[in-house]
Order: sequence, then structure tokens, then C-alpha cells
Amino acid sequence: MSALPTAEDLKAQIEAGVPGTAVTVVPNGSPSAQHSLLLDHGHARAVALFLRDHAEFRLDFCSLVTGVDWLDTELTEKLKVKKMVAGPDGAETEQEVEEVRKTKVPGYLEAVYHLFSMEKKHGPIILRLRTANRTDQTHVPSLTPVWRSCEFQEREAFDLYGIVFDGHPDLRRILMWDGFEDHPMRKDYVPPADDILAAPRPEAHA
Amino acid sequence: MTTVAELERRVEAGEDGLGDILEVSMGPHHPSTHGVFRMDVRLEGEKVVRLKPVFGYLHRNHEKIAEHGAYLSAIPYTDRLDYLCSMTNNWGYVLAVEKLAGIPVPERAEYIRVIVAELTRFQNHAGLVGFLLQDMGASGTPLMYAFREREKILDLFESLSGARMMCNYLRFGGLRVDCTAAWLEEVRRLVAGLPKFVDEFEALLRTNEILMARTQGTGVLPRELAVSAGVTGPMLRASGVNYDIRKVDHYGIYDRFEFRVPLGDHGDVYDRYMMRILEMRESLKILEQALRGIPEGPIMDPKTRLRGLRPKAGEAYGRIEAPKGELGFFLISDGSANPYRYRVRPPSMINLTILEDMCLGHNVADVVVILGSVDIVLGEVDR
Repeated sequence: MSALPTAEDLKAQIEAGVPGTAVTVVPNGSPSAQHSLLLDHGHARAVALFLRDHAEFRLDFCSLVTGVDWLDTELTEKLKVKKMVAGPDGAETEQEVEEVRKTKVPGYLEAVYHLFSMEKKHGPIILRLRTANRTDQTHVPSLTPVWRSCEFQEREAFDLYGIVFDGHPDLRRILMWDGFEDHPMRKDYVPPADDILAAPRPEAHA
Repeated sequence: MTTVAELERRVEAGEDGLGDILEVSMGPHHPSTHGVFRMDVRLEGEKVVRLKPVFGYLHRNHEKIAEHGAYLSAIPYTDRLDYLCSMTNNWGYVLAVEKLAGIPVPERAEYIRVIVAELTRFQNHAGLVGFLLQDMGASGTPLMYAFREREKILDLFESLSGARMMCNYLRFGGLRVDCTAAWLEEVRRLVAGLPKFVDEFEALLRTNEILMARTQGTGVLPRELAVSAGVTGPMLRASGVNYDIRKVDHYGIYDRFEFRVPLGDHGDVYDRYMMRILEMRESLKILEQALRGIPEGPIMDPKTRLRGLRPKAGEAYGRIEAPKGELGFFLISDGSANPYRYRVRPPSMINLTILEDMCLGHNVADVVVILGSVDIVLGEVDR
């Protein structure tokens, strides 16, 4: 097994090899230490091609594609603010007051790609693509044109998470049926009430 | 190769002598699909011009179930992925948890894992070859020969774990129960007799004229396409790509055993069939070495926490060479007692990506054979 460069080195090499791209290293705190690279949408496919065709990396095998749902979070900060406060005698004085400020951090959907090389027998290199939010901007570029193995797995992420892969040749639901509307792997998915008796029955045949 | 669009254009142009295009829905209940799996096939006469696999009939949302439970409680669910190979499914999952939480595994447990995994591979391949021959019309006999040996292995699993198929045997950090010396003796006796079975099995049909006519040159999978489509396992190696995760990752203790990785030349159904026979022989080699080298000792590190495991926030991808290909588990921990994200990389589903490419231009009867050579289990395809 030949050695791969560290995530930081890889970031530098990608940014040198694909002009204009910005790669962010996403650290991984677990003992596995499998760090990943967050790509920007505009250059994702160029970076994928670079990694696949680079003579040293030859990441010809995209093993795993999956979605991850990160919910909206609320960030609570305690700030010290100077304010005019009316004292008991009615006169206003400037005092430091503690204020709790809550900011909403929008969640996002994430597509994660695990790459290996069958030729060089190394890996994994992990790529991540993030959507802008979880509701109306859920597009990421598809990597199926680069690795055929993404075809079914991107369809699955589309089906179960609602990530729309732009440029996928055949983006349809794969596990749920066509008329199904929600995305069951999302963290806030509520399954419909399983009440068979209450469901309307089809008309009996005459 | 005529495409559907071209045929439709020719029909509209009023050209004579064109066959009809027939749409056939093969499955979901069809003996050759080995479960509930459907293929939307378009035929021009007997020739396949389009084939789209349809999944989801056995979809239980395994991943969601696992995300709602503790790390330990997902192990019995993994048995139900590829329900013929529960031991290797367990291994794939516990390997990912061990990577995520940094859990060591004692030596004896590693040896027993190798023994049960190779027995699993043997019975899976024997069963697959039996089913494949059954699909080709060798009705009953080869399958029963395979199942005769498979029964002996399942009996061993039963006496070890209490269950024949849903073994639920591996644990992160080791195993659920230790094996006895008598059990190891039974395995030794079985393994000593298995080469004879493989010889017999192979001699029966390897040079059979009908088998060769049906399988040679059928469903060819070119090397480049196999790599790009992420095909793994015996199917990939039948196309000549030397990639066996036991050799690449050396997970467990596979670096201690000597075995070959058989490779095919043509990537057709015959090569895939032979690949299974050759891999059975290699599994037996590994089994002999493991049975010779197995040490005494604990099967579980006493410090391992099975219940209430809370790995540090982070993620890990663990993968093994399951009988059907690369079985991987991707876990994200947020520091709580259940996985934030739990994902299975199912080899048999991804191996179906190129089913259409392999079937185009073949007769509809060959679709059955080609699908049989992929080796799918719907519990894993749909999860």
C-alpha cells in the first residue's frame, strides 16, 4: 500500500492542480483519523477528475456515497452589553448588562464520497459536498460522470435525503416508490400514522 | 446494437421487417431473482435492448433503525442484511465501531473471526454455484450437493452461536462466547473433508458442454467498467482486477495467512463461476492455517464497554471483504449512545449498477444466468 499525503498536503496539491478551487479540511476527532475535504460546488467535478487521473493518487474507485442530515442548530451566546439602565431613583446610568443572544445556524445536507485506488491500493480519501440549506437549496453537483459507481448511491441519497444531484443521468427514487413524497432518512422525518383500518378503502368491484 | 430510440424512429418511418418491442417485467416474484427484485426489460424478439433494475420491495430502512438504537443493538440487525452471511456482516460492523472508538481485539478472537468468516465465504460460494447451475437448468442436484456441505457448516454455527443463520456472534472488542476445543476439532474434521467436495463439485460440471455454451462469452464485464462502477468481490476479480480487501487492508490478522487471489481473464459468467470455486479452495487454505495457529486466551478485552458505548464525536469507515464484495459501514458519532449516521455500503446493490451493460444484446434467458452470477441477496440490496 503506497502512502497518501496528509489532508493538508492534499488540499495544497488540489488547490495547485485545479486553479480557483477552495478546499477546506474537515478534521475528524475519532481514533480512525479519517479526515475529509470539503469541496466547493463549482470545482467539485474538476477536483474529482484531478484525483481520479492524477498519476500518484489514481483514485479510480469511489466506494461509498451517502447523505448526512445536519439539522438547524441554535447557537446561544452570552454577551456583555453596555446599556442605559434606570436606577431606583429614576436617573439613568450606563451599566454592563449580560444579554443572551440566540443565533440560528442553518442546517445542511451533506454528500460524502469515500475514494480508494484499485491501482495503487490506497485510500480512503473522503470528499464532502454541502447544500446551502435543508429546504429549498438542496443541490450539489453529481459525480456520476466521473465514477459510475455513484449512480445508484446518489439516487439513494436523493431518495432518502432529498439531495438533488445536478448532472446525474437518471435521478429517480430508488428504494421508496415513485409517489412517495418525503425523505425518510432525514432527522426530522415523521412517519405517517400506521392506521390501516382508518385508511380509505378502494371501491368494491361491482 | 440497436437502441430503443433508433428502433422507435424506424417504426415511425414505416420500415418493414422490424420485430416488435416487448416490455417484460421480470419479477418481483420470479424464481431466478432470488428474492423480491424486478427488472423492467425491453425485448426485441429475444434480444434485450433495455434493462432497468427496480429495488425497494424489501426496504426496511435498516439504517434508520440502527440510528435509533445503541451501538450494540445494531449487531443483530446486520445479520439480516445478507442473510446468508451473518458472520461477515457482523464483522464489517464491529470493525467500523472498533475504528470509531479505538477498541483493541484479543488474538484468539481474531482467529475465531477468521475461521467463521472463511466458513461463511465457503458456504456462500457453494450455495451461489448451486443456485447458478439451478438457474441454468441443472435442476436440483448441484444445489443439493452444495446444500449438503452448507448444512454441516450451519450446524457448526449453531453449536457455536445458537443460531444457524442469524448468528449475532461478533461483538466490538471480541466475540460473544468462546468456542470449545471440541468445536475446533469438529471444524478441523470438516475442513479436512471439504477439498474432496470441491473436487467433486468442480469435476461434475466444469467441462460440461451445456454449461460452457451457456456461460462462456456471456455477460462480459470489461475491466475498466468494473473499476469505474465500483464492482467488488469475485465479480471484480473475474474481470482481472487484483483487488481483495483481505490483501489490501490486512484487516484483522489476514496478513498472517498465505493465500492466493484468483483472477479471471474474460470477465464472463464462466469466469465468475470458476472464481467462486477457486476462492473456496483458498478459504480452505486460510482455515487450515488459522486452525493450526489459534492460541488460547481471552476473547474480549475486559475494559471494552458493550452497553452504553459512547464514542468520541467523529466518524469512521470500516470495510471487509465479504463473500459478495466490499461490505463497508460508515459511522458518524456525535458523542451520544447511538450513531448519528449509520450507513451500509452494500456490495450486491452496487454490483448491480452494470447489470444492464452486461445484459444488452443477450437473449432473455441469459439475463437469468447473468443475474445469477452477480450473487445478490435482497436483504442487502434493499436493506
